[in-house]
Formats: sequence, structure tokens, C-alpha cells
Amino acid sequence: MRTLTYREALREGMDEELARDENVVLMGEEVAQYNGAYKVTEGLWKKWGDKRIVDTPISEAGFIGMGIGASMLGVRPVMELMFWSFHSVAFDQLVSNAACVRYMSGGLINCPIVVRGPANGGTAVGATHSHIPEGLFAAFPGLKVVAPATPADAKGLMKAAIRDNDPVFFMENTLLYGTTGPVPDPSEGDFVIQLGVADLKREGKDLSLIAHGRSVIHCLEAAETLQREHGISCDVLDLRTIRPLDQEAIFASVRKTHRVVLVDESKAFGGVSAMVATLIQDHCFDELDAPIKRVTSIDAPAIYSPYVENEQLPNPRRIVQQVLTIA
Amino acid sequence: MSFSASTFNRLDFATSPINRALTSENKIELLTTMIRIRRFEQAALKYYNAGRIGGFLHLYIGQESVATGTISLCGANDHNITAYRCHGHALASGMNMNECMAELFGKATGSAKGKGGSMHLFAPDKNFWGGHGIVAGQTPLGLGLAYGLKYKGLPGAALCYMGDGAVNQGAYHESLNLASLLELPVVYIIENNGYSMGTSQKRSSAYRGCLAQRAEAYDMEWDLIDGSDIYEVRAKTHIAMERARTECRPTVLEISTYRYYGHSVADANAKKYRSPEEIENYKNNHDPINTFRTRLLQEGVLTQEKADQIEQSAKEEAAASVVFADQSPAPSVESIMDDVYWEVDNKTIAGQTGRHFFND
Repeated sequence: MRTLTYREALREGMDEELARDENVVLMGEEVAQYNGAYKVTEGLWKKWGDKRIVDTPISEAGFIGMGIGASMLGVRPVMELMFWSFHSVAFDQLVSNAACVRYMSGGLINCPIVVRGPANGGTAVGATHSHIPEGLFAAFPGLKVVAPATPADAKGLMKAAIRDNDPVFFMENTLLYGTTGPVPDPSEGDFVIQLGVADLKREGKDLSLIAHGRSVIHCLEAAETLQREHGISCDVLDLRTIRPLDQEAIFASVRKTHRVVLVDESKAFGGVSAMVATLIQDHCFDELDAPIKRVTSIDAPAIYSPYVENEQLPNPRRIVQQVLTIA
Repeated sequence: MSFSASTFNRLDFATSPINRALTSENKIELLTTMIRIRRFEQAALKYYNAGRIGGFLHLYIGQESVATGTISLCGANDHNITAYRCHGHALASGMNMNECMAELFGKATGSAKGKGGSMHLFAPDKNFWGGHGIVAGQTPLGLGLAYGLKYKGLPGAALCYMGDGAVNQGAYHESLNLASLLELPVVYIIENNGYSMGTSQKRSSAYRGCLAQRAEAYDMEWDLIDGSDIYEVRAKTHIAMERARTECRPTVLEISTYRYYGHSVADANAKKYRSPEEIENYKNNHDPINTFRTRLLQEGVLTQEKADQIEQSAKEEAAASVVFADQSPAPSVESIMDDVYWEVDNKTIAGQTGRHFFND
């Protein structure tokens, strides 16, 4: 199997969908001639031209709303937010229009859009550029939220997101763009990963680490340390999709290990892990041998200082420490 | 906003080509549509006041010539979208009174199965895309309709309506910039009734000349229209629509008009921020229905008997829609989670994979 970066895998997924469906259009700030602020769309403008790869001004409410309107006439826009942090200037479009237009029309309309871009902390860009909104958007019925951790998942989920007939908010990570991993070769067939299916990235028996996005990578490193230094064997379950959520995979892991640590870059209050914890206590109450524990971002706006930023976020050291309180 | 005599009737727009092309039947149809909109809303007002309609009711009474005149110009490739004062656009687009009234009543037979209400009427099959509740939130969507037309190579125009209160929202300005920059076939139509809720135009907007003139900053064409003359509405909107269809260039139109009722029926101050004289002046001298009825009588296209018959028939149609709405079933609690996700509603593999809904 080939090795691709997360960035290349995303690009390949979009490229294949551009080829498959003439209604797919990539739009966003610097996605075309500049080749993408994070080079995710590099080369696509040269290959597909002005009609399919569209540079927009810095005007998130305008171009995202435009994409939503165009999707009602059958265009399938894949819109890049240079940072998901910029969602706030387009919030009305993302929520009142993308999430609600199907419902308010009694099902007469659907909105097949993808809004994608990095949603992470950890790059010393301060609070305005470090929002992690997957929990926020997953709280709105009508939206779907995806957060891949590996190159293969990034590609397979991107292709599913573009084919989906509902609005999909695709949360990437600038710190993952350069990471590498195996991705099936296109000659092996169309590689699509269904939304709503979690993936057990590591199998263990003593405790379940449940995460999404870059936190999965931290969990895998922590699991290695826990096995080596403490003899604790961990499941690492990657949710991959936040909504729809693969709750059966969560329950299966908990029923096996009886101990859970949820790892989530979003905040503890109302974050993804809060929802997962509720589901576990509701469905697996008698299976638990310890309280559900969490590792989330320390509850303050994202700090700038590179000296302590990594400690504000979940990291392998914090995960190990939390696991040892219940294992 | 003032309605001095010198403002109006400087030109007779009945002689413009798009109006000369109207048959007598077409003209009577325009009048009928305006009267149907008014009668529908008068019935809605009655039942809103009786507590049969929930939430807000933003009446269009006084503004009927705008939706009627502009939408009468639409063909198969032309689309329209508006804000929450949407009953007129819905009926002018061809929706029937029953589905609209039932939606206002919150019934399962409503156009959106009772999920949208008065502010959210939709009929995509009639190229009518709502009915949107947030001031100016629909302005980028209208742009998107134009984007879709251009992308698919269809020679159409997207009409995007808004009130004068919407022109100070950022989304509108972003839309104007994109419309001109990307050369999109959109026509923004400011229905200027003089008030953004209870705040007059002078107290809410900084502008030179008129609100539409701001388009110059975006290198866009604009025009100012007297909404009390449906011939003028059609003549000038036609030019903007042809610009969209043939040149793929956007336009901002500002149509001066007036609403007789408050911002919504729930507007407690509706009679405080405007003088009774102002309202009476419009009703007596600039009402678009009266003006056009008189005109058609003068033209010999209409008889008083026919005019009365149109009124009577619209009244009966509205009354029947109330009966239909009243007798229709309410939506079921089970239906609350329908129409959230296309994939779930259509029982696709995607719609059946993973948990989509989170209830207690």
C-alpha cells in the first residue's frame, strides 16, 4: 500500500470526486491560484480550472451562504474555511440556513455541501485561531460532523462527505496535514468510508481510550506507554464521525474493558466527550468498574505561549496520568 | 420616505415594451394576484388575532405590487427568494392559498408540513426558495441561486428580495461584492417600506441619494422604482432581469412601497412611529391595488362588475383556505424528527449508519 500525507490524501479524495461528479466545486480563500493556505488543494486549480476551483474573497458569510444557495440548485460545493475558527463570521449561514433549510421547508430542500478546514489548537496562534467546534456543530440537528485522524480516513471520509446529500462539516487538523500513513491505491477500487462508523485503532482489554481527530494519535502513543511501563492494555477507539455517531462501537469497547477515558480537544462543557459520557452511563451503567474520566482542553480560551500550549491540550502525558487514576 | 406628487407618474410605463406585450387577460391576472394576496392576508390577520396562528405574522398589505409585478416576469429559469414577509411572493410564485394558510395554522397539510410557519414558506418546484427568518440571511442564498444558474449555463435571473432594514447587514454587503466580482445573474430587490421594524430609514441608514445607490460602490447597476405603479415595477425589473440573463451582471433595485400594518402584527408600537396621516396618504393615493384597478378601468380592460367579482372570488378563496387549514390535521409528534436529514428520510445506507438523533 502507498504512503500519503494526510494533506495528499484529502486532496486525492477531492480530486477523485471532482472527476466523478461535474457538479462538485471547490471554493474558498486561496484555494485556487495560491494552491491553498495549507496546500491541501495544491495543483487542483491547474488541473481543473476556474469553473471547478474558485478563489473567493475573505467573505465567509457571503461565500458559504452562496454555496448553500447553489447547492439548492444541484451544485455540490466543497467550501474551505482557512481555519474552522472563522466559522463565527458565517454562523448564521452555517446554522440557520445549512442546518435548518431542509427542516423549515418540510423536506422540500436539501443542502449537499461540505465545509472543510482545520479545527485545532496547538500552533501558537492564540484564541481566535484555535477554536475546536466539532461539539458545537454536532449539537445542531441537520448537520453532520467528521474529524479524521489518519490519511486513509481523511480520504475515505472526504469522499463520503462529498457524496452525502446533507451538510457535512469536515474538521481537519493543521498538525496532521504532514503526517503520513498507508492509503489504498486508487487501482484497488473506490475508497469510501461511510460516515457514522468508528474504527478500533488499537485493541486492548483493560481500558477504553475513546477519541477523535488528533487526540487519537495521542491516545495511540499513550496506549503504547501504558502497555510498556504499566502493563495496562488499551482499546483505542477512533470515533471518526461525531454525528452520526457509532455508539455501538463505543458500547462494545466499554463492555469489554469496563473502564473508559474520553479524550477530546474540545472543551469539557458540552463537548463531544460530554455527549459520549452520557451515552455510556445511560447504556453501560452496570458495565462500568470506575467513573468515566476525560482529558479535554484546559478550560480557558486557547493560550498563545508555545511553552504551555501543549499542556492546555490533551497530550500523551495527560492521558497516561488520567488513565492511572482509574486503572 | 415621502410620497410627494412630483415623485410619481413622471413617465407612463404602460408604454414600455414588456407592458405593451400584456394582454387584457394578463393585466387582469396581475390585479387578481394582488387582490388574492391582500385577501389572503386579511383572512390570516383575522385568525391570527383569534389565536389560531402562532408566532409572528408579517403582513405584506400595501406592498403587493412588488412581488406580483416582479414575479410576473419570471420564466422557467428564473428563481426567487425573500425574507420573512413572504406570503405575497409565495402566492405570486403560484403556491395555493390552502397550503399557505395551513402552514400558518401549523397543520400537517401546510407547504412545509407545519415545520416552517408564516416566515418559512417554500415551493422549489415553483422556483420559490423561501421564506427566510433572519434579516439579510437570505441574501447570500439568492447569490447562490444565481451561481447555480450560471454554473449550469442556464439563462435565468435570481430575484432576491429584502426589506430596507436588511441593507445594513454584513451578509448583504458581502453578497453585493461577490455578485459583482463573480458576475452573477442576481437582482437584489430592496422593498423599501420606510421602516426597519420601528426605526425609520433616516434613523437606520447612512446613504447618499437612496439605498440602492450603494451599489455604485460595488460597480453595480441600480435603479429606483415607484412601487405603487405595477407597470413601472415590471418595466424596470425587466431591464435588470435581462441584464442578468444576457450579460450575467447583477443589479440592485429599490422599490418604494409601504406596509399598512406593523413590522409584524405583534408590533406594539405600529401606530406610534408613524403618523395616521402618513398611513392614510398611502392608502388613499398610492395603494398599488387601487391605483392599478383605476388604471385598468380607465383603459377599458376592466369593468366595475369584473373588479367586484375578482374581490369576491379572492375573499371566498381565502375563506375556503381557512376552512381547509382549520379542518386539517396537526402534525404528529412522531413527525418531528422527519425532514432533518435527507439521507435518513430516504432510508439510504448513509442514513441508516450511526446514530443521527440524540434524545433522552
